[in-house]
Amino acid sequence: MAISGAALVLFLLAHMIGNLKIFFGAEAFDHYAHWLREIGAPMLPTAGFLWIQRIGLLVALGLHVWSAAALTIRARKARPVKYAHRKPVQGSYAARTMRWGGVIVFLFVVYHILDLTTRHLNPVADTSKAHAAVAADFGPDRWYVTAFYALAVTTLGFHLRHGIWSGLQTLGVSNARRERLLQGIAFAVAFVICAGFLSVPFAVLTGLVK
Amino acid sequence: MSLKLRIWRQADARDKGSMVTYQLQNVSPDMSFLEMLDVLNERLTLDGEDPVAFDHDCREGICGMCSLVINGVPHGPEKATTTCQLHMRHFTDGQTIDIEPWRAAAFPVVKDLVVDRRAFDKIIQAGGYISAPTGSAPDAHATPVPKLDADAAFEAATCIGCGACVAACPNGSGMLFTAAKITHLGLMPQGQPERNTRVIDMINAHDEAGFGGCTNTGECTSVCPKGIPLETIARLNKDYRQALRAAS
Repeated sequence: MAISGAALVLFLLAHMIGNLKIFFGAEAFDHYAHWLREIGAPMLPTAGFLWIQRIGLLVALGLHVWSAAALTIRARKARPVKYAHRKPVQGSYAARTMRWGGVIVFLFVVYHILDLTTRHLNPVADTSKAHAAVAADFGPDRWYVTAFYALAVTTLGFHLRHGIWSGLQTLGVSNARRERLLQGIAFAVAFVICAGFLSVPFAVLTGLVK
Repeated sequence: MSLKLRIWRQADARDKGSMVTYQLQNVSPDMSFLEMLDVLNERLTLDGEDPVAFDHDCREGICGMCSLVINGVPHGPEKATTTCQLHMRHFTDGQTIDIEPWRAAAFPVVKDLVVDRRAFDKIIQAGGYISAPTGSAPDAHATPVPKLDADAAFEAATCIGCGACVAACPNGSGMLFTAAKITHLGLMPQGQPERNTRVIDMINAHDEAGFGGCTNTGECTSVCPKGIPLETIARLNKDYRQALRAAS
């Protein structure tokens, strides 16, 4: 759970920083998108690095879902009879929504790939035009795309808020002195990733990025 | 005070069980929660009904026998307080109080509110001990232990093994209980010889007993009557990681 999660968080950070290229103009963003396909050239073929990364991410995601399913099944078996009266005492909203939050984020990722990678659900079909695809995707007339995107990214933020701290606890990095600091780091990373991803669609929506 | 009690009644392990409602009058706010149940049981006995079975022993918060989920919270609404030390003044006149047993596959209900907690004994038997001969009490500073380690070990050692952590955990995990013992012995020089085997054996016994896995929600530590901190679980994880590395 923790190790596969860490790999996914590192990808999210890189993806989020890459997205911010859009604020440097259409040319810079398209150049960045093109460069992603050229990493490792000429040793790797076109998009070779991307495919290595995609396979790595699929493995990490598979392990992440597998461990989550194993934990869920164990939890169900460990409490066959439910409480008639149950209230959460301390567990944060983030901690309580990990499972369904994870499902929402997964469904979003499927949609997101169909939208901005394969372009099946995007008005701009030409995959060499990354900036145009983003600008068209989050236009005011397609407000529902932005709304779903914002919902999914916020859910992801909650998922990361508990997940990053929980991962550090699982790896035994945490202790009494560091606990507050690590909680703070988890919140900060979740917030920065969330804010970074949200800045793009809202920049398009408000006309900052055309 | 007058109270409306909704109590889990279950004749034996095979019975399906259900919540049964009782009205109770003239409850003194100075009674403990268990004394309130004693009053109910006296009435039930006089009426020729079966009294409510519940676990209790010392009634001073140190034996770890009492085990009631009160309005959805193990040991009730007061922080760091066992059910026996909880007083009726923390409830209001006319209030409805739901009383249920610990709910966990590893803690099967014996009768009404009594559960079988021998699964905890199995975890302790798997590694919650030291093999160093201790003999009679040694001189105070025969084996020096840093003050901070001694304090953290003592804090972990205050676990009374009541099982509230399991009852509160959304995963039904006994990780806080296991971690308290790992932390207690792992910080002491006498606990070092078995440190690696202890954590592996205790985790295996924990999993075999049918407890769930930990997802660090922190519900356990907030209901713990002894305030065992969540950091004990991080210590357990660290020991587990080191033990796996030593084994490979």
